[in-house]
Amino acid sequence: MTQRARNWLLVAPAGAWLLVMLVLPLSVVFVFSFGERAPSGGYVPAFSLEQYANLPARFTAFKNTLMLAPLGTVAALLIAYPLAYQLAVRTSDKWKTLLLVLVIVPFWTSILIRSYAWIFILGGRGIPALLDIVGIEGVRLINTPFAVLVGIIYGYLPLMVFPIYVSLDRLDKRLLEASSDLGAPPLTTFLKVTLPMSISGIATGCMLVFILLMGEFLIPALLGGGKVFFVGNALVDLFLQSRNWAYGSAVAVMLIVIMLVTVTLYMRLISRLNVQHDDAPLM
Amino acid sequence: MSEDTSISKKKFMEELRRYQKGSVTRRHFLGVTGLGAASAVMGTALPGLRANPAYAASHIGDRVVLATWPNYHDQANFDMFTEQTGAFMQVNVFGSNEEMLAKLQAGGSGWDVYVPTNYTITTYVEEGLIEPLDVSKLPNYDASAFDPRFADAGTVDGVLYAVPKNWGTTGFALNTSHSGGNGMDSWKDFFDRTMDDFSGRTMVHDYQLTTIGAALNYHGYSFNSIDEGELADAEKLLIDVKPHLFAISSDYQPAMRSGDAWMTICWTGDGKQLNTDIPDIEYILGKEGGELWSDYYAIPKGAPHTEAAYALINFMLDPEVNAREVLAHGYPVADSRTNALLPEAMLNDPILYPAAELLNALEFGAAATLTDPGRAELMARFKSA
Repeated sequence: MTQRARNWLLVAPAGAWLLVMLVLPLSVVFVFSFGERAPSGGYVPAFSLEQYANLPARFTAFKNTLMLAPLGTVAALLIAYPLAYQLAVRTSDKWKTLLLVLVIVPFWTSILIRSYAWIFILGGRGIPALLDIVGIEGVRLINTPFAVLVGIIYGYLPLMVFPIYVSLDRLDKRLLEASSDLGAPPLTTFLKVTLPMSISGIATGCMLVFILLMGEFLIPALLGGGKVFFVGNALVDLFLQSRNWAYGSAVAVMLIVIMLVTVTLYMRLISRLNVQHDDAPLM
Repeated sequence: MSEDTSISKKKFMEELRRYQKGSVTRRHFLGVTGLGAASAVMGTALPGLRANPAYAASHIGDRVVLATWPNYHDQANFDMFTEQTGAFMQVNVFGSNEEMLAKLQAGGSGWDVYVPTNYTITTYVEEGLIEPLDVSKLPNYDASAFDPRFADAGTVDGVLYAVPKNWGTTGFALNTSHSGGNGMDSWKDFFDRTMDDFSGRTMVHDYQLTTIGAALNYHGYSFNSIDEGELADAEKLLIDVKPHLFAISSDYQPAMRSGDAWMTICWTGDGKQLNTDIPDIEYILGKEGGELWSDYYAIPKGAPHTEAAYALINFMLDPEVNAREVLAHGYPVADSRTNALLPEAMLNDPILYPAAELLNALEFGAAATLTDPGRAELMARFKSA
């Protein structure tokens, strides 16, 4: 067998998988997006841009997604970073394993059930009832954007913690000592040494969380009471309720385009940050 | 395996099935099974999904898949069916006829029996998604026993496609402890009060027929209207009301019970169940109108376990079984044989059998509303607004 044939053989399983599970479905979605809704729902072939012209009708869904996905990502980052830092840098090996397991444990239960639990925590007999006792009355949490944000942060936090933890764990602690020996105060050490060296973990975590959030529909459906509507919810509705596959495909294509653009810009930004970081020792 | 573990397994599966069909809340389910324990028990319980091998030789197969609505069955009947036939019941719960249609249109639903509402059946026939019924396999079906008003829609062009399950109305449930003990009597009250002292406490269905229908009734139009101008009025009302809603969902019992929601669009049986447990919650029919409906048992084209499907429908049509269903869910039946077995109090219950003048204002859903793109898109715009 030639080297060339062997290479082809090695990539064949992954290639076939991508073709069947990604390229073909995406092509179908792309083709459908130029079609029309069949009279009783479904799809009839056509060539029209009508579905794309109608996209503004889902403006709010795109707006909600594009606001709450980045907000959720940033909030998860701000909460996850200190946690990951504590775990990787400050915790002794003895406790590390236990604490890491505690971060993983929630994954043993389905996100559906965990999100459902929040319905009771945020519902009228949960936190609002507690606030009522201390004299803060009339607080409503469930079925608000805030509830969705809480659910998002809760659900996605571990995905942010792990990549950052890994990047910080690999950090050579002697660098921190060196920095402090050379007279840098702790904050300077953090900003000039720790943070730049964990940028790859931050980048990975943000990307993981952001991409998944852009397609999220379960948490808004459960904690938003059908009132906080993401693009994911619009898609579920178009395919499973109003059965407008053509329009649903156009919305999906639009979402993919937005993701491609934001992720590309984001990668550029990250690679520029990494370049600056690589240059630093030369200065 | 010891006797003890198989009992706890059975208990767990019972709770799981009650939860799946929506008759208990997730809280109850998690409470009785134990959240942490649930995943562990699942592992050992999953073989329990298979029927007892003793029955495996039974000709109908080991399972039957039912697609139905929330809070719509008596678990004891399901258990009895499994005991008698060896077929395990798998129950999928839906929130709207659109959702059911979408699943069947997409293909491969895997259902054996489903529960379409009167106005959808002609569409299923046109789309070739429904199987004609072979009456010889349904000895418990006696056409003459049924009130034709709630049985006619099962026959299309002289062919029997569906047999009646229950009928009922669509009105609203109101927790009168928040309205000074005063009732309401109209959709005008429903929406006006939602934008006033019930702000943030009202729910509407995630279902175009009833939610758009109620908004149309508010304006005095037909529940079934597909007129563009009338739909535009309904849309304006819904968009104005949306910020004042607690939620848009067809699963409204948990929020009504917890007190988070005070008022909701509601079906007969949910109204009866809520009223029984919390007498402050009243079931009201809007005087402008609303929906009168009947649900049917039917078999979708390509059902994987057809024999089991017939066995299940026939079992449910047994008047004794059907009477237990009614006592459990509070939806009336059109079957005189079943009604003969029900207690007098139930047959006189004003929630199940509203006064004639209220019933006269109601309309059966029209087939056009199911497929009308205007109504479908209006609902989607309302939700995404």
